[in-house]
Amino acid sequence: MVTEAGAPAGVSPPLLDGMAIATSGLTKRFKGGQVAVDGVDLAVPRGSVFGFLGPNGSGKTTTIRMLLGLVAPSAGAWSLLGEPMPAGLRSALPRVGALVEGPAFYPYLSGKANLLRYDAADPAADRRTTRSRIAEALDRVGLSAAARKRYRAYSLGMRQRLAIAAALLSPRELLVLDEPTNGLDPQGTREVRGLIKEIAAGDTTVFVSSHLLTEVEQMCTHLGVMRAGRLVAQGPIAGLRAGGGALLRVETPEPAAAAAVLTAAGLAGVQAEGEVVTAEPGDLAPERACALLVHGGVAVRGFALVRPSLEELFVGLTGEGFDVES
Amino acid sequence: MSSPDVLNDGRGDVRQDLDDDVRREGGEVLREGGDVRRDLDDDVPSGGGDVLNDGRGDVRRNLDDDDRSGGRDVRRDPRRDPGMRLLASEVGLTFRRPRNLAMLGVLAVVPVLIGVAVRLASGDSGATLIAQVAGNGLVLTFAAFAVMLPLVLPLAVSVVAGDSIAGEAAQGTLRYLLVAPAGRTRLLALKYANVVIFSLAACTVVAVAALAAGLVLFPVGSVTLLSGTTVAPAEALLRAGLVVLYAAAGMAALGAVALAVSTLTEAPIGAVATSVVLVVVSQVLSAIPQLSAVRPYLLTSWWTSFDGVLRSPIATEELGHGLLAFAAYTAVFGSLAWARFSAKDITA
Repeated sequence: MVTEAGAPAGVSPPLLDGMAIATSGLTKRFKGGQVAVDGVDLAVPRGSVFGFLGPNGSGKTTTIRMLLGLVAPSAGAWSLLGEPMPAGLRSALPRVGALVEGPAFYPYLSGKANLLRYDAADPAADRRTTRSRIAEALDRVGLSAAARKRYRAYSLGMRQRLAIAAALLSPRELLVLDEPTNGLDPQGTREVRGLIKEIAAGDTTVFVSSHLLTEVEQMCTHLGVMRAGRLVAQGPIAGLRAGGGALLRVETPEPAAAAAVLTAAGLAGVQAEGEVVTAEPGDLAPERACALLVHGGVAVRGFALVRPSLEELFVGLTGEGFDVES
Repeated sequence: MSSPDVLNDGRGDVRQDLDDDVRREGGEVLREGGDVRRDLDDDVPSGGGDVLNDGRGDVRRNLDDDDRSGGRDVRRDPRRDPGMRLLASEVGLTFRRPRNLAMLGVLAVVPVLIGVAVRLASGDSGATLIAQVAGNGLVLTFAAFAVMLPLVLPLAVSVVAGDSIAGEAAQGTLRYLLVAPAGRTRLLALKYANVVIFSLAACTVVAVAALAAGLVLFPVGSVTLLSGTTVAPAEALLRAGLVVLYAAAGMAALGAVALAVSTLTEAPIGAVATSVVLVVVSQVLSAIPQLSAVRPYLLTSWWTSFDGVLRSPIATEELGHGLLAFAAYTAVFGSLAWARFSAKDITA
């Protein structure tokens, strides 16, 4: 299961200290040779809200299944809450709440009876506090009134919320939520997001996967981006934004003259399009560029340093667009 | 859960070690860490227990010094829960599920139907078990097993055992049980324990229903055994109890086969159907005289050996062979189920 040789060349080993999740060269090759996850090195700091972003089919769910011990990696190593896996699964998993690929419950049992069932499966759960913990979890997701209703009669949103309640049954150090807002109406989506923010306000680390950029952007402090089984970027959101490379944007009725001045100043990537000229500022301070333009007699109507939006950044990284929520 | 100090203390040290290792040995750290962790695992829960129960610990030390350490392991370390809670949950789920209740209902109705049929067709007197029922209601219990052991009881057990893993997988609940974490070996063992309990319950239902129907429909008296001797009603009841236990053992062996099949698929109907087909094929094989050499190796041929209980003295050798065959089937298919389930990728 875990490779003997350790991390592949060029990949630094995961630093367990302060990491809720760390993986090194995590790979899953399914029978038939299809590589679903290819050498992923995740580093999810404790206390972060980590958005795991990628188009459908990019390997997010398979990665999550490997993290939770449901699927054995073909290669690579991983740790949860500082414990090397899979040896530490039994001691780490009671401290991890998870929502994997949608809710799954016993349709003929009530919401409450379903939670009782999952609580019974956790050998670390204290049976003396079961009732109060279940009542609290149901209350937290707003399902107290429907506790005695059969799961079969639950709406999609209620099912999703019950799954989150199951993840919150015990005090958790890490929550792994796979597409928690999938299939929810806008109202349900808002509720779930609010809940995640509330959970994250405590000490719990939240690892949330999504194919919706806007969702991740609203909730998360850190981001990891998957593309075709590979992790193409990860880090704090602010850092990723700054790394995107800003552009000078000049609005002028004399684009040719402006482009000439900027080129003469040694700027790269000068492009004129209609009345807008853009260029990469490089080492040149923007105010200096502006002064050069004015001294050069160019009429400047607008001058700005623009950073690409996260979306532009990720379209570049993943090669495809994200569904933007309406 | 509520001993953060102790947990953190322990972890802090280990992390330090791990951290050092990271710098020194790079890639091998995760494996190395496994050892360190294992040590920690042993240490933390008992240490946590001390802190948690300090107050109570003192009281108990005064009360009974010897029992203290033993009591602590069971009561204070939740991680060593052998699974009674999950087993109770399994059994509760099995006996609350409408489908299973309906099956138990059918198992109770069949002996009654046999009794009613015999009553309506009275006047027929033969030497078979069923014919004897008209003269003695107690015999209905044995007749019911003779009729139901070849197919009806195996069908019911196949449904519960075949569904046990595949049904959870198809429903998606398997992944949440494993993430809880139920533990794969532990979950499989508890699932099998549940199958054994269901087998015993199914056989008991048949016996009780047959006994009740027999008492209502027919006169009751001493029972003439297959070997010709006659025993008192009380002893006949005792022997009926032995039949229940033997039949339940045979059904539990089938349960192990169905459980193994259940780990191979995510389609519960497929697992149930496969188990039933295996039973039928086995019955067909044992019915072909030219294949009599394979009979002793077939699970099904030992089920009907329950009539060894109806001889005087009881045919212990025959029954012993049967129990041995059941144990062998349980061991082989239990191992297969474990080997498969402990390495299976849960993708449903």
